[in-house]
Amino acid sequence: MNQPRPPALELRGLTKRFDRPAVDGLDLTVRAGEFYALLGANGAGKTTTLRMVAGLLRPDAGSVSVLGIDALKDPVAAKQITAWVSDEPMIYDKLTPLEYLEFVAGLWGCEAAAAERTARELLESLGLAPHLHERCEGFSKGMRQKVALAGALVHDPRLIILDEPLTGLDAVSARHVKHLLQMRVRAGCTVIMTTHILEVAERMADRIGVISAGRLIAEGTLAELRQQNGQGDTSLEDMFVALVESAPAAA
Amino acid sequence: MRNSAGVMWFAGHEIRLTWREWLGMLTAGRRWRPRSASIMLVAFVIFLHLPAYAVVGRFADVQMPLDRSSLIVITACLFLAWALMLSQAIESVTRVFYARADLDLIMSSPVALTNVFSVRIAAIALTVTLMAMLLATPFIDVLVIWGGIRWLSTYVVVVAIGLSAAAVAIAVTVALFKICGPAKTRAVAQVISAVTGAGFVIALQVAAILSYGTLSRFAVLTSDAAASFAPGGGSLLWWPARAILGDVAALLPLLGGSLLLLGATMAVFSPRFSDYVASVSPKIESRKPAAPRPFRKGSPQRALRRKELLLLWRDPWLMSQTLMQLLYLLPPALMLWRSFDEGAGAFIVLAPVIVMAAGQLAGGLAWLTISGEDAADLVATAPLPAASVTRAKIEVVLILIALLFAPLIAALALVSLALAVVTALATVLAAASATSIQLWFRVQARRSQFRRRQTSSRIATFAEAFASIGWAATAALALVAPLVAAVTALMTAAVIALTWKISPSRA
Repeated sequence: MNQPRPPALELRGLTKRFDRPAVDGLDLTVRAGEFYALLGANGAGKTTTLRMVAGLLRPDAGSVSVLGIDALKDPVAAKQITAWVSDEPMIYDKLTPLEYLEFVAGLWGCEAAAAERTARELLESLGLAPHLHERCEGFSKGMRQKVALAGALVHDPRLIILDEPLTGLDAVSARHVKHLLQMRVRAGCTVIMTTHILEVAERMADRIGVISAGRLIAEGTLAELRQQNGQGDTSLEDMFVALVESAPAAA
Repeated sequence: MRNSAGVMWFAGHEIRLTWREWLGMLTAGRRWRPRSASIMLVAFVIFLHLPAYAVVGRFADVQMPLDRSSLIVITACLFLAWALMLSQAIESVTRVFYARADLDLIMSSPVALTNVFSVRIAAIALTVTLMAMLLATPFIDVLVIWGGIRWLSTYVVVVAIGLSAAAVAIAVTVALFKICGPAKTRAVAQVISAVTGAGFVIALQVAAILSYGTLSRFAVLTSDAAASFAPGGGSLLWWPARAILGDVAALLPLLGGSLLLLGATMAVFSPRFSDYVASVSPKIESRKPAAPRPFRKGSPQRALRRKELLLLWRDPWLMSQTLMQLLYLLPPALMLWRSFDEGAGAFIVLAPVIVMAAGQLAGGLAWLTISGEDAADLVATAPLPAASVTRAKIEVVLILIALLFAPLIAALALVSLALAVVTALATVLAAASATSIQLWFRVQARRSQFRRRQTSSRIATFAEAFASIGWAATAALALVAPLVAAVTALMTAAVIALTWKISPSRA
């Protein structure tokens, strides 16, 4: 009998406090192979949550499980199958895109020849083919974001976490990125993405989670969210605003 | 902005920015009140009077007329101060050209740009002069207290050389713009700035070694040969030296000349500054693409080491900043070559120079590899233990130190094995101490912030300097007074242990 697939991400009682609680006992489950959009107002705790999942922040309490791996007990194993892309692309100015991807592939211990093929395909699919051998120092923010995204995908992760990946991208580049992410999801990969562009969440996400004051206040497919809120044909934007505005009172 | 009132308004804005930048440097970005920072600064300047007395106290009675050797020494010291101010001013002018975030706003506003850039040039001159004044104050005070108020004229000389250094820095940077183009000027200017300050001292040392076989810079300055080449007592060359001794006839023209030079620079270059700044494209000039080559195999640690070396190699400014210490090795290397057959005794002086350079270089490299990580998130999310990442980065530091210092130590071994062993041990200790301190005080920063690394933690900066000096002293003493060397070694180790105890990594 086949074992049930573990969730791509399982958070239980995740808590992080700075001068105030940023993430407050968050429970969240993202199924494997799902495109999950995490929404929330500025300062709601989205980035803090994802940084804890990526191993960039240590939680004060709670657990993080990535495809069945306890990410707090065995962070190296969890990182091996995870990729993180922040809203501010952090790449090396003095490396070319190919050199950057070579470095990433080296960090993840990928086989060199296969990684090079993947790197070239990724950079070409993101429209960076003419710039493969140019140093990144002259790149626009959008180009840098695409290089960072290619870096996240070159080691073939099973869980991709993206924090506002479409910030600064033009329409064509944004379409390239969205297409690439959808292809990954079709190939069985899980994508968790925060975004302020609600249209993107509406069109791309299998499920949407809304976070406020470090807690999940709503979750489901678009249809489920509409049903939960008793508004049959309302837009995600209207629902999001209503949820976020009502959240402090509920909390 | 109305032009007449606008200049004052913009000057006020510049002063506020400069003050906050200074405050940031003094407080290392912490939320100290300006009053506390000022008290700390004043206390530090008062403390500096002690070493200042040790250095210049015995010269307080010097009177005019001076013999040629004294004139040469004073003029050379003033020229060194001028070179250091020029170095700082070139750095400041480069920032004016390339700080686009600020300039985009100013240039897109309806202000008279000539006035704005005049204020900026004046601000550079003021900043350079104030910084020099701050450092010179303890020395001048000592001279005034022990030698009389005639030494107060030294303050005016500092102002004069500060103004002239700023004027020359602007002319140099604009000339570089014309010669090298906007894309290369930044790197070239920064390298020139880095080399200018050290160049004069090193040139003197090289001359001293070639002529007299000693590392002492004063050997050349006080030599008969220098005195015979020097012009007569009435020469313009001696005006600065005469001015600091209170000769008003030399002081006033010196100040007037500097003001005139700065005024002329402002009049000539301010109207053109906006054109120069506009020519600095935010895009980097296209360069020849890198040659395609297949991805290389290797462990994650190897990928990290390769990346660190490649980034350092490709950044001429960082390279010049980090490798500056190597310039100071040039004179000892030359001395080693010149006096190879004179026995170990002649070379004991080399051990501390080598050890100091290794410690300082290791500190700079360790900051770049450990703290100056431009893709910190990427490295932190890579599937390897944090300890492996740190180890790979430390290996880069140690590999570079070994590569750079092994040949010198090997050459020492040919002269004296004991000297080479002691120097090698102290070099390893100095490099390890500096690297450890950077590790304990690691911060997350961009490589471009390297210039400000010393302001991020005062404790780390002083501890690193003390460790290098301590191990250098230990190396020098180990061969002549081993018991004293044991004491300095223990003191250095104690300071390092204390630094570790209070470091944030222990928190």
